[in-house]
Amino acid sequence: MQTTADDQALVGRWRLHPRVALRPEPFGALAYHYDNRRLNFLRSPDLVALVEVLESHQSPRMAFDAQGIDARRWPAFQRALTALAASDFLQPVDGRAAQPQATPNSSPDEAGIAT
Amino acid sequence: MTALTDELKLGLDAPICLTWELTYACNLACIHCLSSSGRRDPRELSTAEAKAVIDEMRDLQVFYVNIGGGEPMIRPDFYELIDHATTNGVGVKFSTNGSRITADGARRLAETPYTDIQISIDGADEATNDAVRGPGSFATARAAMDHLAAADFGQFKISVVMTRENIGQLDGFEALADHYGAELRLTRLRPSGRGVDSWHRLHPTQDQQLQLYRWLLDRPGVLTGDSFFHLNALGEENLPGLNLCGAGRVVCLIDPVGDVYACPFVLHDEFRAGNVRDPGGFTAVWRSSELFSELREPQSAGACASCGQFDACQGGCMAAKFFTGLPLDGPDPECVSGHGEAPLASVDAGARPQPTSNHSRPVPVALGPTRV
Repeated sequence: MQTTADDQALVGRWRLHPRVALRPEPFGALAYHYDNRRLNFLRSPDLVALVEVLESHQSPRMAFDAQGIDARRWPAFQRALTALAASDFLQPVDGRAAQPQATPNSSPDEAGIAT
Repeated sequence: MTALTDELKLGLDAPICLTWELTYACNLACIHCLSSSGRRDPRELSTAEAKAVIDEMRDLQVFYVNIGGGEPMIRPDFYELIDHATTNGVGVKFSTNGSRITADGARRLAETPYTDIQISIDGADEATNDAVRGPGSFATARAAMDHLAAADFGQFKISVVMTRENIGQLDGFEALADHYGAELRLTRLRPSGRGVDSWHRLHPTQDQQLQLYRWLLDRPGVLTGDSFFHLNALGEENLPGLNLCGAGRVVCLIDPVGDVYACPFVLHDEFRAGNVRDPGGFTAVWRSSELFSELREPQSAGACASCGQFDACQGGCMAAKFFTGLPLDGPDPECVSGHGEAPLASVDAGARPQPTSNHSRPVPVALGPTRV
């Protein structure tokens, strides 16, 4: 089945879950969720900067624009955000926020790990 | 291999998680104990020193620590230390034999946030377990699980080291975990500590390794602490996890006296990077010790370089090679292609490295009836 980038896009306003901490690393950041005790790797400094300002934009798409992220990178960023939302690292700020119905399998690079 | 593992091999600014053995004291004497525990060491970190280590973890943003021992709950300041960790943003997962988890203990633990408990058993029945962990240890562990369930602790973990004797009981372990709503965690038997001797008769056979690999592939929810990546050479599919040796790169071990080792399975001078009491503390050891810097450099594949499976298995486990007397840049003793068998057979038992720290209790000597 083919999916377009838009099928995988988060809609509405999102923010980093308040129980998630970010630790800067050379590749981006290590994210830890104190509630579900999962780790995620944010594999680009731009992605780290993006999730930190997500809450101040009405949608991820508007945040991409505001952060000056090249449109060619949007699909990859959308997939990364969707994976983060699926593991509860992002949470909706208001009732209009929604995530795609079918959560795409995240690549191993984006997947959280549990110990 | 992913670009992520390439990056992780260069090392991180702080460990992802680390293992911290709080004491060498233990009421059990398991025949595969990684740390040869038994007697407390008089040089063990004081409460103040242990809290200073936790403060360093907080500052380094080490999000959680795996506490073990010995039996960590034997330390009189056990609860004080886990409270100090969890109130400073350092989550705790601790491993225990369960002997200190009474009904009261379970209620107290149920009230402690951000604490995960891992109860160790090594057989799905008493006979199999007690042969490794000692008489009564299975009943003790089951009682602890019952107490946690009665106290509504929530989900705990059941932790099992995979041996030749218990791989046939995989479904039994799963059923036991399901019975308690617990998570199952399976890890690899290492020839470390007292395992340096028992490994040779307890490590899984090749057939059992294949059985385990298939069983784990069908159950991605079973935790493994990333310890079976050498099995990835058995098929097309990798087990879930980072699948790399994290020693000195993303993990390390702090022992009860504050010595920092590359991983929990190499308690030997050769893999000791420093001590948390050294100037600069744990942070300096992690960031600038000579040993850890070396481990973060590209490692030679050595004799494995010509093997088509190297990308899958990464040459296996450094500790397993070291304590069986094999070269570190060659095959793992349990190489699934069998490349470890000939080198293993050629190592003289007396030539194998012995752990440099041994806190085993003296073996009772049978004395005449008139002696006490």
